[in-house]
Amino acid sequence: MTGCSHCNGHCASGRLPDRKTEYVVALAGNANVGKSVTFNQLTGVDQEIGNWPGKTVERAEGLLQYRGLRIRVIDLPGIYSISALSTEEQISREFIAHDHPDVVVNIVDASALERNLFFTLQLMELKSPLILAVNQMDLAAKKGIRLDLMELSRELGITVIPLVAIQGKGIVELTDAIIAAVCSPPEPREIIYGKEVEERIGRIMALLPEGVGSYPARWTAIKLLEGDPDTVWEVKKLAPDTVARITAVRAELETIHGEPGATILSAERYHAAEQIVSRVMTLRSGGETGRSITDRIDTIALHPILGYVLLALMLGGLLVWTFIVGAWISATLSALLSHIAPVEPLISGSVGEIVFNGAWTGLVAALTLIIPYVIPFFLLLALIEDSGFLTRFSLMLDRGMHKMGLHGKAIIPLVLGFGCTVPACLSCRIIESPKQKLLAAFLVTLIPCSARTIVILGVVAVFVNIWWALALYLLDFILIVILGRLAFRVLPGESVGMIMEMPEYHAPNIHIVLGQTWQRTRSLIGIVLPSYIIGSIVITAAYAAGLLEPINTLLSPITVLLLGLPIMTGVVFVFGIIRKEMTILALATLFGTTAFSEVLTPVQLIVFALVTMLYIPCISTIVVLAQEFGWKQALGITAVETVLAIGLGAVAFHVLSLFM
Amino acid sequence: MASEQLEEYLETILDIEEQDGVAKTSAIARCLKIAPASVTEALQVLSEKGYVKYEPYHGATLTEQGTAMARKVKRRHRLLEVFLTDVLHINEENVHDEACKMEHTLSDETECALCKLLKAPARCPHGSLISACNRKVESCSACLTESESASACTRDEPLLPVTSLAPGQKGIIAFIRGDTSVVQRLTDLGLTLKTEIQLMRKAPLHGPIEIAVRKTRLAIDHEIADHIFVTARAEKGR
Repeated sequence: MTGCSHCNGHCASGRLPDRKTEYVVALAGNANVGKSVTFNQLTGVDQEIGNWPGKTVERAEGLLQYRGLRIRVIDLPGIYSISALSTEEQISREFIAHDHPDVVVNIVDASALERNLFFTLQLMELKSPLILAVNQMDLAAKKGIRLDLMELSRELGITVIPLVAIQGKGIVELTDAIIAAVCSPPEPREIIYGKEVEERIGRIMALLPEGVGSYPARWTAIKLLEGDPDTVWEVKKLAPDTVARITAVRAELETIHGEPGATILSAERYHAAEQIVSRVMTLRSGGETGRSITDRIDTIALHPILGYVLLALMLGGLLVWTFIVGAWISATLSALLSHIAPVEPLISGSVGEIVFNGAWTGLVAALTLIIPYVIPFFLLLALIEDSGFLTRFSLMLDRGMHKMGLHGKAIIPLVLGFGCTVPACLSCRIIESPKQKLLAAFLVTLIPCSARTIVILGVVAVFVNIWWALALYLLDFILIVILGRLAFRVLPGESVGMIMEMPEYHAPNIHIVLGQTWQRTRSLIGIVLPSYIIGSIVITAAYAAGLLEPINTLLSPITVLLLGLPIMTGVVFVFGIIRKEMTILALATLFGTTAFSEVLTPVQLIVFALVTMLYIPCISTIVVLAQEFGWKQALGITAVETVLAIGLGAVAFHVLSLFM
Repeated sequence: MASEQLEEYLETILDIEEQDGVAKTSAIARCLKIAPASVTEALQVLSEKGYVKYEPYHGATLTEQGTAMARKVKRRHRLLEVFLTDVLHINEENVHDEACKMEHTLSDETECALCKLLKAPARCPHGSLISACNRKVESCSACLTESESASACTRDEPLLPVTSLAPGQKGIIAFIRGDTSVVQRLTDLGLTLKTEIQLMRKAPLHGPIEIAVRKTRLAIDHEIADHIFVTARAEKGR
């Protein structure tokens, strides 16, 4: 199936319609089939990450230049179906059907062809210009699975390319096939389902009014038979009377099978997939015998005791990194950068100087957060994600997460939260139900991120003692559980249990891990850097212009009366909105000393750290919450946490004053 | 031994077995508030009838026949609890005892009618799972909408929630009960009716279970998995 050189010749010699200067190829397929590896192999390092218009699902995009053609390659989210139940499914469906990519490359796992073909059949219903890339041929061979790809190609009526993407095998052939397909779009065969279903698809197609949507008629009919709400609504707009008749056809089918239409259609697709697989696959005995490596690792990773030990080791490693290595790198970096220009709020000087100082302070603040804390976190997360360990941790922690109304998948945002709240909020996208997604984001904002850890360490652990610092940490975790349970009751919407594929373990791929880390870091920089720099300029300017005195006075009822702190801390808390650990810097500047125990009592130190830990998530977090959930939710979370911080701070002040 | 007494024993043994793996005489005695000596006697009778495997000093485990019987009574008990609570609004404290008395006299026909009336409930008022019946229907909704005259043809093999399989054991999906969108997600991942699945492992503390289906592995929330009903394959291993 490499014989596309003939067509290439034609393409290169100008048979291409010259109206297009750029072609679009979409990579689609299930999760864990090696889509990202293939994407990297196709596009090299020239990638960019962007946000979907109007939606906030990440997509990776890269450029493939080959034989004088510019081809934009788009990596769609890894999904199992296009039934539009999740945001990711909707995105993929809309992209394939509305944006009309010139070619859709469906990457499938050779070892689990049946499940993968289910998705392929849906793409075929959409009449996508399809190429099938069968990946991980080597692993399948090891398991004794032999595939007749010629036969598969005949069955589906499309080009089928064998791949071992991780070794780069088959990439050239795939590229050739893409070019050939750009040249003459492939038309997949129509897959015929069972008689009962086919007869009804036919009847609905006959009923369809002219010009329903931009989807193929057969796809529309199938969606109507499934009772897909979007499609039903679209038909209702055009021909309200027809809907009732179509619904009657669907009801007929549902009565025969006693199942919802969508379930019947899915079963039909699986039946068709089984038939195809039975014709192309032969199982050779003497393949991998005994227990697989995955099973062997799982006996440890999913062991009722050892599994949790492993998990504790990983989390412990992360915390050690934050407290020791991260803190050291951050301090060194900060010292180095302060040689270039001072990293302290400038009180007097020309406007230009003040603006520069504000921008510089913001930039340094961002760099000393991202380089020592965030990038290592992302790197480690990408490592455990790519190797397959993350799904095991999710499984082990599912039960605990239930206590907070979440499920196992929420472990990713919660762990990320220890590094930085911003990417942690972004990663809440992996959770399906909107309610659980918002709940996870809310709890993430309460997790002590590295900036807050710095404050707790630098103020309480140093000047009071380590036990009070740990007590604050403990209090935070208790709050997370309590607030999680409360919010779970209060928030409207449904909670869905976890259904998750458990991929086989494999050695992490360096390109994928680095690529994933870089993509996450980039989307973080886009939010953090501007808010740091602009926020820092504004506050520095206000400080220099003497506008902060009124703020102190304004906040004094809270800071002095409720919390029992010196009046100057009002400004410090305002600084903290940009970045929490800037409060230490501001405190030192305002008091003219870094020995806080000389100017603040132990109670004041504890109250100060407690409030800093809980009040307003930093400005970058507010921005990202607003971007993900809307301003109402972002400001709601901000308000709740500020009130909570002041309330608990006031209680702590009054109670602790009694015996300290 | 009266059938009522026999059923009580089987139910109790099932409960203890699910918790401890084997039902010790002393544990059964404690549960039923009967002297251990009479329990030993009763276990011998049950063993003769083929309902339990009894080893003196070790304890009793249910045979396949015994398990099927015990599950059937449990199902009736829990259905009755729902009925007594939701329809008759009986005082909460009395529900369990009432159900205990009524469960032994319920006929298949009444049980089925009760299930339909209550719209095929998934759980008893105390939150325990109500297992599936053994009628040959493709789904609960099919049963609820079928005409009254439909003949109640029964399955040859009892249905089990997939969570009751032993690790390594295989089963054929008979039906999935529950919310449409959840059923759809499961179906899209390959859990269609009559598909063979294998329980790989159960996470501790009622955590998710891991199953193998169509050469892939899935982790499924315990509550969701409780609604996936299978007919068990006898052989273990892969």
